[in-house]
Amino acid sequence: MTRKAVALISGGLDSLLAAKLIQQQGIEVEGINFFTGFCVEGHTHAIRKHDRNRVKRNNALWVAEQLGIKLHIIDIVDEYKDVVINPKHGYGANLNPCLDCKIFMVHKAQEWLKQHDFDFIITGEVIGQRPKSQRKKLMPVVADESGADDLLLRPLCARSLPATRPETEGWVDREQLKDFSGRSRKPQMALAAEFGFEDYAQPAGGCCFLTDQSYSVKLQDLWDNRGSRDYELDDIMLLKVGRHIRPSKAFKLIIAREEGENRFLSGYKRQFQTISTVSHGGPLALIEGELLDPQQLELACAITARYSKGRNADSVELRFSDREQGSRRIHVKPLPAAQINPDWVIV
Amino acid sequence: MNPVIELDARRLLCPMPVIRLQDCVEKQESGVKVRITCTDPGTMSDIPAWCRINGHRVLATEQLEHEYIFLVQKDPDGN
Repeated sequence: MTRKAVALISGGLDSLLAAKLIQQQGIEVEGINFFTGFCVEGHTHAIRKHDRNRVKRNNALWVAEQLGIKLHIIDIVDEYKDVVINPKHGYGANLNPCLDCKIFMVHKAQEWLKQHDFDFIITGEVIGQRPKSQRKKLMPVVADESGADDLLLRPLCARSLPATRPETEGWVDREQLKDFSGRSRKPQMALAAEFGFEDYAQPAGGCCFLTDQSYSVKLQDLWDNRGSRDYELDDIMLLKVGRHIRPSKAFKLIIAREEGENRFLSGYKRQFQTISTVSHGGPLALIEGELLDPQQLELACAITARYSKGRNADSVELRFSDREQGSRRIHVKPLPAAQINPDWVIV
Repeated sequence: MNPVIELDARRLLCPMPVIRLQDCVEKQESGVKVRITCTDPGTMSDIPAWCRINGHRVLATEQLEHEYIFLVQKDPDGN
């Protein structure tokens, strides 16, 4: 009887190698990849025109293709909110709930395994590689709290951990698994070379915006100024794009940095009040929140004009648009750089 | 002849267009055609890759300035 394993595929090297090790033992493997909304994809970078030369591929799909396996991409955006907002095990250096995230994803994989009649779960975890979620003493916590228990196999470090059911039942040969540990990538790179993988993606850990300090500051600002720790998918997508400037608790400007971002933000014109420059080349700005008086509108326009090609002009003409009120032209003197309060800039 | 199912994935960043296509195709019979319109340039790589992995066929690809349109047929070999 051919046993079946579901592999958590992040798109990084470790999950590629873990799945390959199990595939090599004659196990049928299918991949599962979770979309949280915080994933760093080549495509997010591709919004920005100057990043257009980066490889625009989904690494999880690419890994699946290298392995010749099916990949199921699962949207967990809504369910994942509770992991981000209320992490039982707390955050890492930024707003990254890595341990809760791993528990949640393994739990979802366990649900998928039951629905699809698979036998066990594999991950690319390596003992000691990640300071929060991959410490040896926390490995059993993931297995226990996810509900996967002894059906969770980590092929890259299995020989340094107690045997799991796939090993004790003889579904896989423990001796062919690895005992990798620590932060060095050399063993993984050597194994990749052994398998003939050359063009693999970034080291593990670079796949989530929540590990990014600047992104986490913007998310915290969003929560602080809304008065609630909640978000929608559009909120967390917009945190990846543009300059975020908050001159007042009442509103924030999201200002495109170049053409690609301009085009992306223009897709939100129906949801936000916007400011765009008319007399000079310049960015589109979304206004998140509410402009409380004409002075705030003038300030928002002056800030936007500061990032236009008319930044040194005496006057810049802008268009303020509101879906309900229509649009009107406004002339302002661009705000000098020295008058942009550093505290307004959310980074 | 079955009509082509139309999917609008404009403004969505990858992998959301792929997820939209996946969720639609899963519910269809083999041979059904789906046309998906996207704006993320990453779909030029991802949608053909997803189709190759899962045994579906990209019948046509079209690029109109900032839109990428794919005509996909579910599992034409009935696997």
